[in-house]
Amino acid sequence: MPPAPAHSTPAKSTRAWNHWFARFGLAFALLVVGATLALLQPQFLTAANLLNVARQISINGILAVGVTYVLLTGGVDLSLGSLVALTGVVAATFAHPGDWPVIVPITVGVLCGAACGAVNGLVITQGRIAPFIVTLGMMTAARGLALVVSHGRPVSNLSEPFVALGGNVAGFPVQILVLLAIAGVSGLFLANTRPGRYLYAVGGNEEASRAAGLNVPAIKTFAYTVSGALAGLAGVLLAARITTGQPNAGVAYELDAIAAAVIGGTSLSGGVGGIAGTLLGALLMGVINNGLDLLNVSSYYQQIIKGVIIIGAVWLDRRQRN
Amino acid sequence: MGWLLEARDITKSFSGIRVLNGVSLTVQSGEVHALVGENGAGKSTLMKILAGLHAPDSGALLLDGQPVHFRNAHAALKAGIAMISQELMPFPHLTVAENVFMGQEPVSSFGWINRPALKRQTEELLAQLGVSLSPASRMRDLRVSEMQTVEILKALAHRAKLIIMDEPTSALSDREAEALFRILQDLRQRGTAVIYISHKLEEVFRLADRVTVLRDGGLVATQDLADTTPEMLITLMVGRSLNPRSLPTPQRTGQPSLSVCGLGKTGRFENVSFDVHPGEILGIAGLMGAGRTDVLNAIYGLHPADAGEIRVEDHPVTVAKPRDALRAGIGLVSEDRKQFGFVPWLGVKQNMTLASLRRWCHLGRIDHDAENRAVEDQVQAFGIRSAGNDQPVVRLSGGNQQKVVLARSLLAEPKILLLDEPTRGIDIAAKAEVHELIARLAETGKAIVLVSSELPELLSLSHRLLVLSEGRLTAELDPQRTSQEEILKFAMPR
Repeated sequence: MPPAPAHSTPAKSTRAWNHWFARFGLAFALLVVGATLALLQPQFLTAANLLNVARQISINGILAVGVTYVLLTGGVDLSLGSLVALTGVVAATFAHPGDWPVIVPITVGVLCGAACGAVNGLVITQGRIAPFIVTLGMMTAARGLALVVSHGRPVSNLSEPFVALGGNVAGFPVQILVLLAIAGVSGLFLANTRPGRYLYAVGGNEEASRAAGLNVPAIKTFAYTVSGALAGLAGVLLAARITTGQPNAGVAYELDAIAAAVIGGTSLSGGVGGIAGTLLGALLMGVINNGLDLLNVSSYYQQIIKGVIIIGAVWLDRRQRN
Repeated sequence: MGWLLEARDITKSFSGIRVLNGVSLTVQSGEVHALVGENGAGKSTLMKILAGLHAPDSGALLLDGQPVHFRNAHAALKAGIAMISQELMPFPHLTVAENVFMGQEPVSSFGWINRPALKRQTEELLAQLGVSLSPASRMRDLRVSEMQTVEILKALAHRAKLIIMDEPTSALSDREAEALFRILQDLRQRGTAVIYISHKLEEVFRLADRVTVLRDGGLVATQDLADTTPEMLITLMVGRSLNPRSLPTPQRTGQPSLSVCGLGKTGRFENVSFDVHPGEILGIAGLMGAGRTDVLNAIYGLHPADAGEIRVEDHPVTVAKPRDALRAGIGLVSEDRKQFGFVPWLGVKQNMTLASLRRWCHLGRIDHDAENRAVEDQVQAFGIRSAGNDQPVVRLSGGNQQKVVLARSLLAEPKILLLDEPTRGIDIAAKAEVHELIARLAETGKAIVLVSSELPELLSLSHRLLVLSEGRLTAELDPQRTSQEEILKFAMPR
């Protein structure tokens, strides 16, 4: 696509650069960080380590894909971490050996997350309450519910097939395969279906979307339901991986998920972004974490670096847009 | 003789569209200077330049003979120019006193606000104006007229030499307006100059010493009101030139596409009834705030009416939201393009098909090829110029944005099209294209309701013309036999 007619050469080259940056900047940053790490620490580029990175980002990646739906509509979902704990605990109570086939705890976990997400969406759209407040409430309530369901104790003694969800299939960790499947389906969904298109429209201009005849409350509720369902899936996978349903799991996971989406170019004000960016964002966060671990950087410093990256990514995004 | 304020050859364009073209204005102390002109004549822009809200592209402002450049409204206020706009912008949760002295509160040592002084000084100002109002009242509890008084007090607290009032009586009752006029007389006697924008000519003649008339962004005349009659003023406002009219094709047979009966919305408009037939363009004229947009928005369900009936092809329809209207075959191109028209960061294509995406879907999947073809057809038909069909609409010029919005309405295949200021803020060439398009649409059998502030546009395009004033229909005119003067007569509030 040729850039719009520019007034002078510097403006033109700036615009071309901005265009390039918007498309490939993140992938480029990932390459630079990866190459630097490979040079500094040969261990980084081993297959075992790369698989390890992938496994580390997969839970966050699934949550980030889910929250991307919500962020696109201009909302936010702060309840994800608590939903991971709640759905993990709920799934685990159905996953004791000899109770149910493994599909039951998975389904129950995902449906539980979806139900909580739907409640978020309905309260936000019907009660006209800010998403920040509603999902903040859900964050607290779901955490409490997780503690109630589990009587405040980890739910352990899980069946063999359930725990296998935390293992490998054909040499690949299951959770990575799930992330790839979720991201692939979501990418296709956003690009090729009406609800996918509508998510962008609602986040970009809610009034204009209503004027164009879209059912804005339904679209928003759908986004929160997807976000909750994927949190449920993440909760199931996490419980399988740590072989217990932990009512205290997942604290602050929502923030990492939002950070990944935002680093990936999804706007907190809605209407802009996508799954590819979110995946790259999650990957960049994971690679930097892993690299800093390998370089023996203290986890205290790691947090500072992560904070700077989140702000820096949004700053660059904002700058190139205007 | 020295002018208090002199504006020389002010020019201003917004995104390439010239809204002020070499306008000059002089104001002297102790004068009430009326500024009149049709909607879109450039009055508000000129006032915003004087008040520091916009910077002129060229031209000079002189205050007491000295050139001034205001960087923002606060700078203008400090120099002595205060503006009281139509939309009052007070701090609703603060008190009257806090609003009056906002930004220049009396302080004691340590920089603490001196509340007793704040109260006393506000009471002094209130007493000077002879207004009874408690300094401790919260702004949000006041009536509009009282908020206006607070704005005047604020101007006085800043020792304003010039106060600009934009349609100050539009939201006031007669009694409240009388109170405002007394305050204006008082201001004049103290030597404060007032620029008074109003559509109500009666007020202009009663209050003002001199009047300046703007038309299409240009200065028409400045004269003493003593030498002017209302008829002269209206002629100056509308000008004599009339656009050549297109050939009329009235076809008022069979059942109407849309009929509206007794439509009303409390506080906005009441008892509005009309029919539109296939192929007919029904124009609605009226001044700002007459309720034209409210009527269209009610029919389309953006802000539903609370009384009356809407029938489409003789079937009653309930319109509670835009989706209902679209289903019934009604489309709207809103006057507020930014709010209701398009999704800024979505592409031309995505915006264009937003209301009709279902048509290019098979088994839940968007058929991108078919969608692209449909969009390309519209781009060709409208002559939309963009860097590609995925370019965000926010990056297009106003004219191209408007064409995208029009194309979107048409892709939804409405039988009835409500057009609200379809040529606002777009350049002359694009305007002519849009006019041509509206005429063509009517020829294909669409029923069109056209609202416009530009009377020549209404006169040349409409088959019939309704006039709305203060929320009521005041006339049905034949565009062939009426004049701009007659329309304005029916449009003026009485």
